[in-house]
Amino acid sequence: MEQQLMSPEMTFQHHTDDAEFKRRVRKTTILLSVITIFELAIGLTIYTIHKGENPSHLLVLMFKGMVCILTLAKAYYIVSVFMHLGDEIRNMIMTIVVPLMLFIWFITAFLIDGNSYKNLRNKYDSHFRESTSVEHKPAAKE
Amino acid sequence: MASTATVHQTKWWSGGKSPFNLEYGKLMMWYFLMSDAFTFGAFLISYGTVRFSQNFWPDPNVVFNAFPGAGHANLPLAFVSVMTFILIISSVTMVLAVHAGHNNDKKGVVKWLFWTIIGGLAFLSCQAWEWTHLLTGEHAALVNGHIELLPQTTSINPWGPLVDHSVAIDALKNSTPQVIARLVHEHDASHSLPHLLSLPKEELLGMVNTAELHVRQTGPVAFGGYFFGITGFHGFHVFSGVIINIIMLIMTQKDVFARRGHYLMIEKAGLYWHFVDLVWVFVFLCFYLI
Repeated sequence: MEQQLMSPEMTFQHHTDDAEFKRRVRKTTILLSVITIFELAIGLTIYTIHKGENPSHLLVLMFKGMVCILTLAKAYYIVSVFMHLGDEIRNMIMTIVVPLMLFIWFITAFLIDGNSYKNLRNKYDSHFRESTSVEHKPAAKE
Repeated sequence: MASTATVHQTKWWSGGKSPFNLEYGKLMMWYFLMSDAFTFGAFLISYGTVRFSQNFWPDPNVVFNAFPGAGHANLPLAFVSVMTFILIISSVTMVLAVHAGHNNDKKGVVKWLFWTIIGGLAFLSCQAWEWTHLLTGEHAALVNGHIELLPQTTSINPWGPLVDHSVAIDALKNSTPQVIARLVHEHDASHSLPHLLSLPKEELLGMVNTAELHVRQTGPVAFGGYFFGITGFHGFHVFSGVIINIIMLIMTQKDVFARRGHYLMIEKAGLYWHFVDLVWVFVFLCFYLI
């Protein structure tokens, strides 16, 4: 079908050929589904590790890290392909992506802050430590 | 050297060319979504901070293990994976609607927008069911030496650590007959609840299946506030996305975009809809997977 120049604010039209577009959408859909299934499998693995005797916290942490990486991959494909950010001009992409870098500090700083608060309370607030710690059973702990 | 730099600059800034090759509305939609990403990010990070400050946090596989129509079956992650796939599929139908708009294909836009709206409504229905299930649930929790049946609300969390069996048995003896009757009824539906409620406490105690009795301490209260707050805020985005898509559908039907000569408005609605899917990916990660 005929594609026209859509707006005076656009200098040129992104070329999207129908067959190529269909192939990309199908590929991305399959990719997102497969990643989600992988994530679910890891989630169930974490569940079985928790249920067992003496769950290995390192192993659980490793699996959780894997899920985080898979989620970032999903986010990349949604933004880049479905939202077509990957097809935009580089300068435009940068005005979106560079401010998002703030999240690196944001996440790191606040998780460390939460962790430090926990350590301080465990050290100085014995009621908190005794009432919330679970040493006597292999229950979940994060 | 200086002259080439000037030439390059005038190329982009002397008019006649759009620096980002985007129309104003779409660019502003991107910046709105970026700010919205920070809003959601701040919510999720504050959840993370509180979670990291606790010695115990409930295991999502224990909290979210119900499925509509499956009764008490333990199905961790099953229902939320249905919700996740609904959103992924509705995102795909939105991509197809936007593409149909590129080709000025009115019929295609109407068809794919319709399926996107159905997907959004299906997701909202799932969320309504899940919230109802959590808010009306009855979970055996140890409170001041006796057992109470508690739901998951913004102020109560029944998903603390499992209580030792001997402690649970002692707590059972201190519990009210109403609670014990419900505990019997939960595992053995052969007696009706009114009948069980009429029995004396001693008889009820003998009927409790103690091997199946799982009693937990109450858990961190913040869990409910963050869960309902963040999934609610996301659900509100889905809801407004559905409203926007319905408006787009009506405008398409009325040939507004056909007369305008382009379907760029569908692209902006599409960006918003994909963003809702994107946020869910992170909500799914933070609340259900880790």
